[in-house]
Amino acid sequence: MATSSLSPKRDARRSLLRVSPKPTLLLGLLLLAVFLAAALFPAQLAPYEPAEFDYTAIMQPPSAAHPFGTDNFGRDVLSRVIWGTRIDLQIALFTTLFPFIFGTLVGALTGYYGRWLDAIFGRIVDVVVVFPFLVLVIAIVAVLGPGLLNMYIAVSSVGWIYYARLVRGEVMVQKKAEYAQAARVMGYSPARVIFRHLLPNAVTPAIVYLMTDMSLGILLGASLGYLGLGAQPPTAEWGVMIADGKNFMVTAPWVTTFPGLALTAAGLTFSLIGDGLADLLRPRA
Amino acid sequence: MNRWQYALTRLLQIIPTFFVVMLLVFVMVRLLPGDPASAILGDRVTDEAIAQVNRRLGLDQPLPVQFGIFVRNFFRGDLGSSANLRVPVLELIKERLPVTLYLTAYAGVLAALLAVPLAILAAFRRNTWVDGLIRGVFQVGLSVPVFYVGLQLLTFFGARLGVFPVGGVGSNFTQNLYYLFLPALSLGFYLSAILMRNLRASIIEVFSAEYVEFARSKGLKRRVVVLKHILRNALISTVTLFGLSIGQLIGGAVITETVFAVPGVGRLMVDAIFGRDYAVIQGLTLTFALLVSLVFLLTDLLYATLDPRAELS
Repeated sequence: MATSSLSPKRDARRSLLRVSPKPTLLLGLLLLAVFLAAALFPAQLAPYEPAEFDYTAIMQPPSAAHPFGTDNFGRDVLSRVIWGTRIDLQIALFTTLFPFIFGTLVGALTGYYGRWLDAIFGRIVDVVVVFPFLVLVIAIVAVLGPGLLNMYIAVSSVGWIYYARLVRGEVMVQKKAEYAQAARVMGYSPARVIFRHLLPNAVTPAIVYLMTDMSLGILLGASLGYLGLGAQPPTAEWGVMIADGKNFMVTAPWVTTFPGLALTAAGLTFSLIGDGLADLLRPRA
Repeated sequence: MNRWQYALTRLLQIIPTFFVVMLLVFVMVRLLPGDPASAILGDRVTDEAIAQVNRRLGLDQPLPVQFGIFVRNFFRGDLGSSANLRVPVLELIKERLPVTLYLTAYAGVLAALLAVPLAILAAFRRNTWVDGLIRGVFQVGLSVPVFYVGLQLLTFFGARLGVFPVGGVGSNFTQNLYYLFLPALSLGFYLSAILMRNLRASIIEVFSAEYVEFARSKGLKRRVVVLKHILRNALISTVTLFGLSIGQLIGGAVITETVFAVPGVGRLMVDAIFGRDYAVIQGLTLTFALLVSLVFLLTDLLYATLDPRAELS
């Protein structure tokens, strides 16, 4: 017997084709394509170097030469926003990748084996959730020192908990399903049951959350950049750019407006994709 | 198990958790670069002076003993002294915490005032342009960083129009309704988006519940059905979500207070991190954790009161 017929994966795939994606999901994917293009080819797209000072063009309003204007060092805001895409998308990826992988693994194991493993996990969760996420992250950054790498470490050391909780709950439901019992009865090893049978069916909420989390990751990264704990100036990171321009918000609003719009659009991109995926992947009766 | 027993059990459950939290914070602070004695005394000191301070702080003792001293001092209300501000940490917290609590509560109230009516409107006008507009605005609200909303509000209403102060706090409760309006609004906006989505979805879900159908077919007035049957039930999950989000709101206060120069514990935390003021970081981290534990406890109790079906265990 083919192993895949034991699991309801096929049905899920068929139902995927039956519903057409919503326009909001398409909008999210379109925005993502734009951001990816900016992140992959900033040198080709940006008209100037992101760190190039031009003391003859300080705080210029948007014009043909500088579509987004220039900042207090005469740096081209458009070019910095484009180069910033690379940093901020990197933040979205690196604040979520490890939590997703490690959290999914821990969730699968604790959900499957239960008992003492689950008890330990439960205590860890109890402790971590009483800290406001942001407070815990900045406290860890305080220990390690400011900077992007330390921010990734801080977020990762806390963020996996949320994935583990999601996957754990799902695995606990799935392991009682008939297909999982059948797989066990056939004598498959626990590893095979967990990774080939249970996880493919239990990982959906974690994938949907991954998208939301990328949106949160960008906002968090920019917030830490703004506070001076994340990316460091003169890096063209959107949060840092807003912090740099905050004193000129009345006289030169373009310095902060464009990175702010880019941040909002990037956050929107991932939350639209997340919502769209949740709709598509939601199990239908 | 009755309600009081449940409350007591939940209260007791906090103790072991908080013990681990203290251990975690204790270890974290020991991992911080630099030693506390030179942080207190400054750079130009003799080894003897350092040894003396270490003795006074109990830092010459083995780690488990140090942890014991730390726990004992905590329960005596001794959180050490700020190296930069030269005041006991407890004094600082007493002075600054009310501001943050005010800001957080204010933000929570504004979030609910925004979210509840709009969620009801969106749910009752489901799939119309009104619903689309409300959802669209809040979807964007979920994607704008708190500090950016804050800066924009500050620039527009504070600096350009001059209708709100550009920072600081008032001297009494009523004045703060005015002084902290913009900070509370920017802090609460994100939460209102989360609450709106959740409440809209649960109202729509409750619409089709059998008891609502029954209430309708019984000939009850529309208003009664909406208020007593639909809203009351739909609000249960939103209230729980609200409670669980307060912790994040307190975290968000760190950013809002920095943007608006509000002298609360959030700003104190950021200042302490840049000033490497370890006693303050330690005291504040514990305070935040204690606060969130209490809010979770209250949320659980409220949930048990609101939903008679809740199992108390």
